[in-house]
Amino acid sequence: MRTTEQTLEEVLKLAATHFKVAREQLTPGDDFFQKLGIDSMQALELLTRLENHFGIELPDYEMQGVSDFRTLAERIQSRL
Amino acid sequence: MKSFKGNTLSWELVDGAVELALHRQPNNEIGSATLEELERFVEALQAAEGQAHAVILHSTLKSGFCAGADLRELYRRMQELPQAERMAGLRDFLQRIHTVMNALDASPLTTIAAVHGVTFGGGFELALACDLIIADKMARFCFPELRLGLIPAFGGIPRLKRDLGNALVRDLLLTGRSINATRAHAVGLVSQVTAEGQALKVARATAAQIKKFDRQTSAAAKKFIKPIPYEELKQEIEIFCDLFTRPAVEAGLRKFVESTDAMPYLP
Repeated sequence: MRTTEQTLEEVLKLAATHFKVAREQLTPGDDFFQKLGIDSMQALELLTRLENHFGIELPDYEMQGVSDFRTLAERIQSRL
Repeated sequence: MKSFKGNTLSWELVDGAVELALHRQPNNEIGSATLEELERFVEALQAAEGQAHAVILHSTLKSGFCAGADLRELYRRMQELPQAERMAGLRDFLQRIHTVMNALDASPLTTIAAVHGVTFGGGFELALACDLIIADKMARFCFPELRLGLIPAFGGIPRLKRDLGNALVRDLLLTGRSINATRAHAVGLVSQVTAEGQALKVARATAAQIKKFDRQTSAAAKKFIKPIPYEELKQEIEIFCDLFTRPAVEAGLRKFVESTDAMPYLP
């Protein structure tokens, strides 16, 4: 079973790879919409990638109001 | 069958399969221009049925297969028309798109939707009119219409119910959530999941397999197993038109039109 910190690190790595930025540029508290300059459609792409990676379903309405990596990782952790 | 290159879509006959490519920026939204070219497509398809075994629908856009109806055009047109003429215009559009979807649904050829990325609303409904859905693992399916105070109106509810049953329709419709290709495959909506960027290639391989079978036998099998829910499709238009008259819908559409986000009704 992953810890939340491990999940968070995987989320950060996946986001960095998907949006082609260096992992070191991203921190857990970052607002990913602002930091990555993405819109809701790109956020859905990230959601799909995360679902495929973790083998979970994360309804997009649960993402409502979530904009930082740490909270995103916590939502994922609750489904693992 | 003669090839066609339009503003919103193109088609050509390749190895016995008619390939319809959607390419209207930004997300293949279905408005009047796409509808007109889809009407041309189904007409050409009916005339060329003896030349092909299969039809493949796909998108050449990176964003995905299709984000659904062109709500910006819908809102603009509704604002331009006098109140008394709005419903007639809306109803005419819906009946025309239903004619296209029904023709595709009833085509004696085996139809395949090769989808990736956003397959939402009317785009999902277009895929549902096909016999098989082959999905890239990054594809997502959604009926977001309730977020705008509406229901899907391109035939999606009756077709999804026909194919998979009422419970999944309720789940997708009443929550407005999107599901990924893996989940869609698990519930039987998607027939095959592919690696990223491989849906069209797998659809072509599937079409090559379909070509091995006798055309008439495939058509008879399809007609036997895939009834078109005409009565429910008509009801869907009526319910949509009833809902559309409410002020909340106009407000929701205005908010959508004024937003600069690519998908303002999400999450």
